[in-house]
Amino acid sequence: MKSLGSIRRDFTPWKDPNAKPYIQFDKVTKKFGDFTAVNNLSLTIFEREFFALLGASGCGKSTLLRMLAGFEEPTAGRILLDGQDLRGIPPYRRPVNMMFQSYALFPHMTVENNIAFGLRQEGMPKPDIQKRVAEMLKLVKLEQFAKRKPHQLSGGQRQRVALARSVAKRPKVLLLDEPLGALDKKLREETQFELMDLQQELGLTFVVVTHDQEEAMTMADRIAIMDKGEVMQVATPPEVYEAPTSRFVAHFVGNVNMFEGKIAEQSANTTRITGPSGAQIVVENGGAAARADANIVFAIRPEKIRVSSKKPVDAVNALEGEVYDIAYLGDMTVYHVRLDDGQIVRASALNAARVTEDPLTWNDRAWVSFRPDAGVVLAR
Amino acid sequence: MNTTWSRFNITSITLGFAFLYLPIVLLVVFSFNESKLVTVWGGFSTKWYVSLFHNQGLMDAAWVTIRVGLISATVATVLGTMGALALTRYTRFRGRVLFSGMIFAPLVMPDVITGLSLLLLFVAIGMDRGMTTVILAHITFTMCFVAVVVQSRLVSFDRSLEEAAMDLGAPPVKTFFQITLPVILPAIVSGWMLAFTLSLDDLVIASFASGPGATTLPMKIYSQVRLGVTPEINAACTLLIAIVTIGVIIASVANKRREVQRQLDERAAQRG
Ligand SMILES: Nc1ncnc2c1ncn2[C@@H]1O[C@H](COP(=O)(O)OP(=O)(O)OP(=O)(O)O)[C@@H](O)[C@H]1O
Ligand SMILES: [Mg+2]
Repeated sequence: MKSLGSIRRDFTPWKDPNAKPYIQFDKVTKKFGDFTAVNNLSLTIFEREFFALLGASGCGKSTLLRMLAGFEEPTAGRILLDGQDLRGIPPYRRPVNMMFQSYALFPHMTVENNIAFGLRQEGMPKPDIQKRVAEMLKLVKLEQFAKRKPHQLSGGQRQRVALARSVAKRPKVLLLDEPLGALDKKLREETQFELMDLQQELGLTFVVVTHDQEEAMTMADRIAIMDKGEVMQVATPPEVYEAPTSRFVAHFVGNVNMFEGKIAEQSANTTRITGPSGAQIVVENGGAAARADANIVFAIRPEKIRVSSKKPVDAVNALEGEVYDIAYLGDMTVYHVRLDDGQIVRASALNAARVTEDPLTWNDRAWVSFRPDAGVVLAR
Repeated sequence: MNTTWSRFNITSITLGFAFLYLPIVLLVVFSFNESKLVTVWGGFSTKWYVSLFHNQGLMDAAWVTIRVGLISATVATVLGTMGALALTRYTRFRGRVLFSGMIFAPLVMPDVITGLSLLLLFVAIGMDRGMTTVILAHITFTMCFVAVVVQSRLVSFDRSLEEAAMDLGAPPVKTFFQITLPVILPAIVSGWMLAFTLSLDDLVIASFASGPGATTLPMKIYSQVRLGVTPEINAACTLLIAIVTIGVIIASVANKRREVQRQLDERAAQRG
């Protein structure tokens, strides 16, 4: 069985045509004055999905989340939650809770009261509140900090309080705006897995905003890549990485080599490309449909390119050049090869063995080769 | 940097402090004077303090001043806070720039003009002058000070706190009383204190706005001084100074304590 990426996923409601979408952005536009922050955006998110919004700063991620939470109204379009149009429903009546980028903990309340705040608003009986708060404190491992005020906590602890407060009400949807932004790298990685466990455990729908692609790849079922208020692609992490549909996405996620070229010939699942200097590349199962002679880009990830001193005998795609730069990183080595037509190709090789048979050095003649199914053709 | 004290520095500081505090020290010292002549020392005595408390006129004036101060400071705090909220929150209403400029104007307006214009207003609408008009006048001019103090706090207020409260199910009014108000309370309290002290020592506006039967302490002191300074007045002023000093000391000690506690807490938090 073949699949994109190395993980088989069993949770794929977006592939099921009968699955009912849970959150639906329907041609949503948001303008601030004459600046368009979100532009005619449509998106569906399914129940129990861990959905990530990924994009550069200022591309409209927070605005999208704030519209879902009810702090901003769309200028045009509709947002549906479980089939219900959310227009006009104030934030305090939406079954959605948000964890803020700045945490927004109430400074005059103890940790306990911060967590209990939402429960008090819905008039939950006192003993139940106490039970739920204790449960939440245990979940985020802050039992001994219940009586502290937010300014008596470290950054990581504050982040946990904010998380506990936003899940305490068991909202149908939890919105997280850069939840791990203020944490250092190690704590961040730990917390990513904690968030995933929490989502599984409580069976909630998570919408997470982040501009850290690794974070999005680690946690999310699907990722929406945004640029200037528009969604460029919505796909699973392996699809986003292995099958980007545009140059923007290919560039945005991970490293990539791009070859300009024209389509010479296209059949069922094989595409032949001619580079500007006449070099030929054969692509299988990665072709965007484009008319012959169209200008396209061939995109290939560095780790899918092999570098060798001799032309591999069985290689379908092999290009010759000169080693221009080498970086030894321990776990892998990154080669920059300048092809004879001047283009620089980045290739990375995992250092699977301690001893290398065919070592290369600066200015050596070298061949870069790759399988026909290693890259994709991008028409836009 | 030159940290040694030059002779020039010492002289200027001594002169400056002498200029500031010598009159006050003199006033305090002479309040304990045995002699009836203010400028001639006749031995130590506390008799003027005793007679002060038997001076019905001064005591009445003090009571009027306190009532005027409490009522006007409280009303001014409510109105000033509302004004500050309107100015920082509803940034799009028409005439906001004009309104926010106008709220600063009374801060620099000469008291004589404020007093005179209020007097004209009270006369024009046929309002009998008395304690009510003094209170109204004080509300009017202290409100702006409260608004400015509260506004400067609101500018740095993190709006996401309110959004978080609403997100957790609290309607706007509840959010205001449970989140916004407690967080900006220190600024509101200092606004109130400022309004109270301003009302306490106002002479000019009160003179314009008041009528028979509503004499505030500054007015009383001023009118008595015109007949000659008595040691009794010195005693009254010394008491006022004592009250203000104690107030300032309590406030700054409490502030300092809070600051130290905060630092300790933060250090404890760093340790985990
Ligand atoms: N209230 C507002 N008034 C005017 N412009 C706004 C407002 N809120 C957001 N914007 C603009 O909309 C754009 C998108 O903002 P948004 O906060 O959604 O970005 P973001 O993707 O969350 O960025 P970041 O990663 O930095 O948080 C920005 O250019 C921002 O300047
Ligand atoms: Mg943001």
